[in-house]
Amino acid sequence: MKNELLEERKGQIHTVGESPFDMACNRESLAGAVSQRACVFCGSRVVLYPIADALHLVHGPIGCAVYTWDIRGALSSGPELHRLSFSTDLQERDVIFGGETKLEAALVELIERHQPKAAFVYSTCIVGLIGDDLEAVCRKVEERFGIPVMPVQSEGFKGSKREGYLAACKAMNRLVGTADTTGISPLSVNIFGDFNLAGEIWIIRKYLERMGVEVVANVTGDGRVADVQRAHGAALNLVQCSGATLDLAKMMEEEHGVPHVRVSYLGIEDMADSLYKVAEFFKDIDPDIERRTSELVREELEALMPKLAGLRKDLEGKRAAIYVGGAFKAFSLIKAFRHLGMKVVLVGSQTGTREDYRELATITDPGTVIIDDANPLELSKYIKEKDVDVFVGGVKERPIAFKLGVGFCDHNHERKIALEGFIGMYNFALEIHASAMSPVWNFMPRRRGRAEGTVDSGARGPEGKGCPPCAATAGGAS
Amino acid sequence: MIATAPKTNYVSTTNACKLCTPLGATLAFKGVAGGVPFLHGSQGCATYMRRYIISHFREPMDIASSALGEKNAIYGGGPNLKKGLINVMRKYAPEVIGVATTCLTETIGDDVHMILHEFRQEFGDLPLPAVVQVSTPSFSGTHMDGFHGAVLSLAEQLCVDQVEPTGRVNVMSGFVSAEDLRHMREIGRAFDLELTLLPDYSDTLDGPTYDEYQPIAAGGTTLEEIRSMSGARASLEFGTSLVGRKTAGASLEKRFGVVNHQLPMPIGLRATDALMETLSELTGQPIPEAIAAERGRLLDALVDGHKYIAGQRAVVYGDEDMVLGMTSLLAEIGIRPVLVATGAGGGGFAEAVHETCAGLLPEMPEVMEKVDFHDIAARAGELKPDLLVGNSKGYRYARDWNADLLRVGFPIHDRFGGQRLLHLGYRGALGLFDSLVNLAIERKQNTSDIGYGYI
Ligand code: SF4
Ligand code: SF4
Repeated sequence: MKNELLEERKGQIHTVGESPFDMACNRESLAGAVSQRACVFCGSRVVLYPIADALHLVHGPIGCAVYTWDIRGALSSGPELHRLSFSTDLQERDVIFGGETKLEAALVELIERHQPKAAFVYSTCIVGLIGDDLEAVCRKVEERFGIPVMPVQSEGFKGSKREGYLAACKAMNRLVGTADTTGISPLSVNIFGDFNLAGEIWIIRKYLERMGVEVVANVTGDGRVADVQRAHGAALNLVQCSGATLDLAKMMEEEHGVPHVRVSYLGIEDMADSLYKVAEFFKDIDPDIERRTSELVREELEALMPKLAGLRKDLEGKRAAIYVGGAFKAFSLIKAFRHLGMKVVLVGSQTGTREDYRELATITDPGTVIIDDANPLELSKYIKEKDVDVFVGGVKERPIAFKLGVGFCDHNHERKIALEGFIGMYNFALEIHASAMSPVWNFMPRRRGRAEGTVDSGARGPEGKGCPPCAATAGGAS
Repeated sequence: MIATAPKTNYVSTTNACKLCTPLGATLAFKGVAGGVPFLHGSQGCATYMRRYIISHFREPMDIASSALGEKNAIYGGGPNLKKGLINVMRKYAPEVIGVATTCLTETIGDDVHMILHEFRQEFGDLPLPAVVQVSTPSFSGTHMDGFHGAVLSLAEQLCVDQVEPTGRVNVMSGFVSAEDLRHMREIGRAFDLELTLLPDYSDTLDGPTYDEYQPIAAGGTTLEEIRSMSGARASLEFGTSLVGRKTAGASLEKRFGVVNHQLPMPIGLRATDALMETLSELTGQPIPEAIAAERGRLLDALVDGHKYIAGQRAVVYGDEDMVLGMTSLLAEIGIRPVLVATGAGGGGFAEAVHETCAGLLPEMPEVMEKVDFHDIAARAGELKPDLLVGNSKGYRYARDWNADLLRVGFPIHDRFGGQRLLHLGYRGALGLFDSLVNLAIERKQNTSDIGYGYI
């Protein structure tokens, strides 16, 4: 079988420089296309999960809860209630007669048992169908216990992760503005959209501390209910990632007048830029902050650059592919790869917007393939055509790369290594180096074939010649 | 009197000790040659299950989905199911598509049988793959029900004609590892038997690297093999939980007179003996020398190692039949299973546990059904086990109690090579025994003030 693209998918793939930019995205996934995407519920769970002293109850059948049990690496410096998987485990009877009674009883039981500071109740597909009134149940329990109990309208079928982000932000916005803000420094921020994977938030907080900036709430990583409740007292919101918490930032801007800037802590430039943005914002209140910031950046870079140079020697000229959830991360990764002397030849995301993809098309080299909502067949097709050395993605992408004998770097919510901050750039380079330079690739059929000239080495032709002759057929199922 | 632990009936579930029904079905379908699992439901379920399965097997696990959206949820998912099937045909050229329903489509009441019937009529001019369907609402059952349900569907929907006797033996081994499946084949060969393993994901979920990406990994039970299961000389079906249920083996027996032997999952000495005796009776051959030698080595090891583990107290949890098998092994070697628990619950589990331990233990283990890890922990915390035996999900509990954890079954996602862990047969028992003894020794070394190099 020829690995042809599905006709309906063609609008979602673009090769830079081959045609004027035009990209379809934000579509529903195509039936039968084995999308790498998850659901609305997944999006909500991602954003709210790191609030570590809240109860997260999944109202639905068991699967939705069990597949999201502690799969994210969001670390907490204190309570760890978020790492448990709570579910109403709906049974046939509940589906027929409605699940409200069970939901209420479950909430009561769990709140009594764990004494959480707040509770989030996630609605799943089935709940959307049987029409349980989450709002009413939550209100009732809230009155009984005097803690905030928030419904999250995250029925999976109502869209993709993106809609889930919005549902989560709406739920969280109920908390914001409900506590006293006295004593908060005028130089203060909230950290949004960072998940404290492998303790990354702790790295960022240290930088901010060194700059003299107070962090009021780090909502989406090592989060606490009480912090979110007084988050509106901060002077500025730092929003990372393309979409997860932007909605909340906008709500806070409207309701509480807290402005926001978009930041990224991945890669050297973006990390430094983000810190400078903060300094810039506060320079009128504290004229010395810019000096402190550049000093911090200089110190960090002096330590980092020689170490990077060592790794770059080996990596120079290698080819990278990127497939991530949100497109924003891809921007940072492209720059990070440049520091390693590597070339990005394929970049895609699950939920990018048109603007995101346009931006990607601008910052990548001609011939780079840009792809929205990809599936395993498409990814494998381009990995091969573009002769990729290292693929950056998540768990579902890993076996695709490995099966083809291609290096891989986990850059998702399960990662155990901090990839943010200046130290994160070094860790990233080490990761890439560890995979790309492993001797194991010498033994892979694909590489062997290339050495013997029996396999088309595809895109490894003269620089800048665009798409190679697409001889690749990733078929084989006959 | 059977001493079953009192089950406190919690309303909520905390850290479930089971997975959802369609997950099991997708695994079974993955064991069919040229097969693509297909979930009729929203996209999220398929993606979550893929992720979950990949973390254990570390292999591509493509599960197609009808990717239902809000409109479909209201007006029915038929059109998306058909479109999805067509797209899978175009992209994967499958020989078999295994369609499992999800909670969503079960709740909106999609009649998959009808939709597939229409599909065959509408697209009858195309070379259609075989489409097998199974109903897997997660609100009634666990992943094991989904697994066995899919195996039954494969047998019922694909094996419909009586064929000439093939001399083969059908083996429905239940949810075991890829290595277990390979070992079963080996056992078959030792008896000069060709086995039809249903399912067989030993290659599809534990294959080599490729030159070209394989949309469908090579391996699996072929359509031909499944179609000729009616001509087999017998069926073997592993799993005490299957007794009295409608299963693939029962269906083949009823429709084609293929005698069905239901055996406990052959984990540990006695259960493996039962398997070998059955095979020996079936073939009229004595137990092959190679296998007898393996049994001999196992016994020798049990003697050499018994003291290191004597009297340890274990909590066993997970899927019913895997738990039963492990309990059996532990009881045989002198580790005391003090609590045996499963998230499933079809009744009869406590009796099966007690039967399995009969004559080996001074005191019967407590048995819990339909429980989550919260229930298990509540009781196990009091019992102070030295050892947990089960999947990776017990890791945090083991850590809290400073107990060892022997990882078996599914999922094993905090260790490497779960798919290559051998549980079955004498060789499986020997490997597990070695691991258990070494866990005990390692603990002694690590906690000893002086440490010691010889044991
Ligand atoms: S909806 Fe049902 S099938 Fe889907 S993940 Fe949840 S429990 Fe499993
Ligand atoms: S799509 Fe629906 S049922 Fe499936 S995991 Fe998401 S919320 Fe649960």
